[in-house]
Amino acid sequence: MKFARKTQLDTEIPTASMPDIIFMLLIFFMVTTVLREYSGLPISLPKAKRIEKLKSKRHTSHIWVSKDGLISIEDKLYASDGVRHVMYEKRVADPQLVVSLKADERAKMGLISDIHTELRKADALKLNYSSKTAVD
Amino acid sequence: MAKKRRFKGGEIPTSSMADIAFLLLIFFLVTTTIDMDKGLGMVLPAEGEEIEINKKNILNCLINSTGNILLGGEVVEVRNLSKTVRQKLAENDKLIISVKAHKASNYLDYVKVIDQLKQANATRISIAESN
Repeated sequence: MKFARKTQLDTEIPTASMPDIIFMLLIFFMVTTVLREYSGLPISLPKAKRIEKLKSKRHTSHIWVSKDGLISIEDKLYASDGVRHVMYEKRVADPQLVVSLKADERAKMGLISDIHTELRKADALKLNYSSKTAVD
Repeated sequence: MAKKRRFKGGEIPTSSMADIAFLLLIFFLVTTTIDMDKGLGMVLPAEGEEIEINKKNILNCLINSTGNILLGGEVVEVRNLSKTVRQKLAENDKLIISVKAHKASNYLDYVKVIDQLKQANATRISIAESN
């Protein structure tokens, strides 16, 4: 014998507001997506294990150093003694500035050392050696 | 006589709206690269902040142009560096490790050394100027 269903509940998920929800998600992703501002130089970053994340993108400024010894800040090339002025202005504008040094793994230490000196002169003391996560 | 209207309702079909929005959403999800900047943190000393340190508390770590490491007068392999440094730190917790790299040495070797020192929980790292 077939049992008759007692309740005739309408169990459908309301789909009318579905586009609105999805649009909201879409707008969220569109707003939070940061397109890369500066292309920098072609480099292959070194790998390290004890790495830490940089807290905020807003307080970070990058210095690219290629293996040929080119220094690029915001897509402009600088000589090693020109870094001081740029970084000093940035440091004055933002006291929480963290400098992310994106140097090629084959860059020479002489140049990196020059950048250290320049950063010290510019009072931009928080430095981060940008590197990839090492996998063992 | 008024002309008979051929189309009654001029509505845009909204049933596929969700699909279109989904497609856009997936596109943005896929193209968004949350590339967090990661790296080894370091705080440089301020200009003119040279302090005299007792020689006993300094451990020199030299890197030559071929990437070999001399730690306190002994040649050490990079992968053994953290172990050695940890031992030395256990003996003297006031130890400051002074890293000095040759001008022509590679940045990679330097980063490897800094990474090893961080793995050994060395907090006092000093960077000597290369020359």
